[in-house]
Amino acid sequence: MASVTYDHVFKEFGSVTAVNDMNFQIEDKEFLVLVGPSGCGKTTALRLLAGLEEITRGEIKIGDRVVNDVPPKDRDIAMVFQSYALYPHLSVYDNMAFGLKLRKTPREEIKRRVGEAADILGIQDLLDRKPRQLSGGQRQRVAVGRAIVREPKVFLFDEPLSNLDAKLRVQMRAEISKLHHRLQTTFIYVTHDQIEAMTMASRIAVINKGLLLQLDTPQKLYDKPDNLFVAGFIGSPAMNFFRAKLRKADGRLMVDTGDFAVAIPQSRTEMYRNYVDRDVIFGIRPEDIHDPNFLPANIHAETITVKVDVTELMGNEIFLYLVSGPNTFTARVDPRTKYALGDTGQMAFNMDNFHLFDPESERAIR
Amino acid sequence: MNFLNGTKEPSDSPGERVLFFIGRLLLAVSIPLIAFYVLYLGFIFLRDSHAPRGIITVVAIVWGVGGVALLYWVFNNIVEKLPDLWTNRLLPFVFVGPAMAILGWYLAIPTLRTFWLSLFGRDGPPAGLNFWEQLASPAFVGLNNYVAVFTERLMLEAFRNNLMWIIFGSTLSVAFGLVIAVLADRSRFEKVAKSFIFLPMAISFVGASIIWNFIYEYRPAGQAQIGLLNAVVVNLGGSPQAYPQWVSIAPWNNLFLIVIVIWLQAGFSMVLFSAALKGIPEELLEAGRIDGANEFQIFFRIMVPYIRGTIISVWTTIVIFTLKIFDVVWVMTGGQFGTHVIATQFYRQSFTNRNSGFGSAIAIVLLIAVIPVMFYNLKQFREQEAF
Repeated sequence: MASVTYDHVFKEFGSVTAVNDMNFQIEDKEFLVLVGPSGCGKTTALRLLAGLEEITRGEIKIGDRVVNDVPPKDRDIAMVFQSYALYPHLSVYDNMAFGLKLRKTPREEIKRRVGEAADILGIQDLLDRKPRQLSGGQRQRVAVGRAIVREPKVFLFDEPLSNLDAKLRVQMRAEISKLHHRLQTTFIYVTHDQIEAMTMASRIAVINKGLLLQLDTPQKLYDKPDNLFVAGFIGSPAMNFFRAKLRKADGRLMVDTGDFAVAIPQSRTEMYRNYVDRDVIFGIRPEDIHDPNFLPANIHAETITVKVDVTELMGNEIFLYLVSGPNTFTARVDPRTKYALGDTGQMAFNMDNFHLFDPESERAIR
Repeated sequence: MNFLNGTKEPSDSPGERVLFFIGRLLLAVSIPLIAFYVLYLGFIFLRDSHAPRGIITVVAIVWGVGGVALLYWVFNNIVEKLPDLWTNRLLPFVFVGPAMAILGWYLAIPTLRTFWLSLFGRDGPPAGLNFWEQLASPAFVGLNNYVAVFTERLMLEAFRNNLMWIIFGSTLSVAFGLVIAVLADRSRFEKVAKSFIFLPMAISFVGASIIWNFIYEYRPAGQAQIGLLNAVVVNLGGSPQAYPQWVSIAPWNNLFLIVIVIWLQAGFSMVLFSAALKGIPEELLEAGRIDGANEFQIFFRIMVPYIRGTIISVWTTIVIFTLKIFDVVWVMTGGQFGTHVIATQFYRQSFTNRNSGFGSAIAIVLLIAVIPVMFYNLKQFREQEAF
């Protein structure tokens, strides 16, 4: 059990900067998820911590110890790989015992720890099998088991669920969360799947192009994204963005997209004072666009006229793909809505939950 | 279901169908006859012609390659004219048949004949007698040749030496190949290093033996040593030695011959191991490193087990090589100085001593010794889905 500190860490491959000045701390017992699109540097960041890549500049600490020059085996970490990386010639038992045997752990102790891990993961019956005789989900468990028996200070997961089918992925997600709760150890987990990040993490680090964009709890990340990338990356369907101008009219502050204009509630006008008559990016999540007939109570609603381009029934909700002037956007509305393909009608924006971003810096305007 | 059986002929009237059938039959019979006749003419030409060499060579190539293609085409055509059911049944034989026939003619029948010879005395079965008369003739010695194979002093020496060849030759070739493959894999000079080590593979056993003859070349002490090894030894203060002929350390002088095959085969095993090593997923090695393995442990506990199949295949292949080893011994020592192996004994008995019975028995014993290794080797290849 230990905290992990990235102190202005850089990793360069030739002229490519894979990890660019990462500077953050992961608390002891925390479940931190590094999330971002493919090639964003999240896996490299993890491999730097594991000792599989050398740090170009900066320091990584596990607990109070700088580990830059410590070989992987002495870092007191365990890692679960995307491909599971089980030793094909060893039985499940020996796969899990491999690290302990190398460390000359007494045989009885190995037996006890492997037994315990197998119990936790429900793979007692598989201990004599070879990896090739296992299904994907079982291999995944063995890979996790191999990490557990080592009783490391920090667990590293590198996209461990991406080779599983959708159903198994949901199940393993819950199990890994439970495991974290049970082991009470620091977990660092890399994924490109924002749903995995949202469901498991105690905090999420969103990374793009080697830069850490925001590190926050899932809810804060969702409600208050710091910048355009985080706003667009977290949430599905993604947040809608409109190029707009802030305009004063009749004493009210309006977001004017050129095609439609919606008023900002009085309570929020003050913080946008500096942006009056300037370009902004207006962001609103699909669930904050409503059919006016099924409007929640006590919200500041602003209606606009739209054309329905596509409808997708999800059962508990409907996704409407809407067109207004040059803008296309998505709404996630009550399934009782009467809107059908090709209809033109009114849609209401919940103006208590919108976001404005500076188009230059792409940072949220607060 | 008619269309499935593939009767392609138009079924206008019974008369036309009969005519059509006869026409096809004639065609089916005449095409192979013509083909065989053409090939026969080619054969006669090659045998009797006094044309210039160049022309004969060209004709031989055309006759050989073209003949195979022609025969294939003819038989394929005939079989395809048959109903589909029979096409499917016979087509495999068109493809495999020629190879099987050639193997049978050049391999299986000679093997049986060699075995037959091995049951007779030095001059083989007396001519002009039928099978039973041959068996009853005094030339028939039963398994006596085999008794001799396992009791004669030189043969026992050959078995001992072959065992040394197998143990040292194959094991060291595999070991060197593996170590070089692993080291080269991590080197910046991988390609250059590998090319140099692979180079000897292109040299024949005889050529390699001649090269090593120069290395081992001996001049009496006091004279200038022109052999590389002796030059080095003398310069370091040692005394010169004719290494392969060094009887006082027998049987270890065999090692000086075995080195030659290691030199040739290490490159072969290196190339195969190198390919196998590149097939090991990087994540597996990383998992090992995180699990606490040092580089030696990673090599022995992860890499070696992972490429175990390749190691066994390479090892058995070289075991077969060394079991059959002949050229190196024949060129270097001619089997003297306690360096005879089974194959040189076979050659000596068959062609120097003209004892065809004894020679054949040795050949059969060598064959029987190779077969289990061969089977194991094939099994390995099959498990690796090499075929």
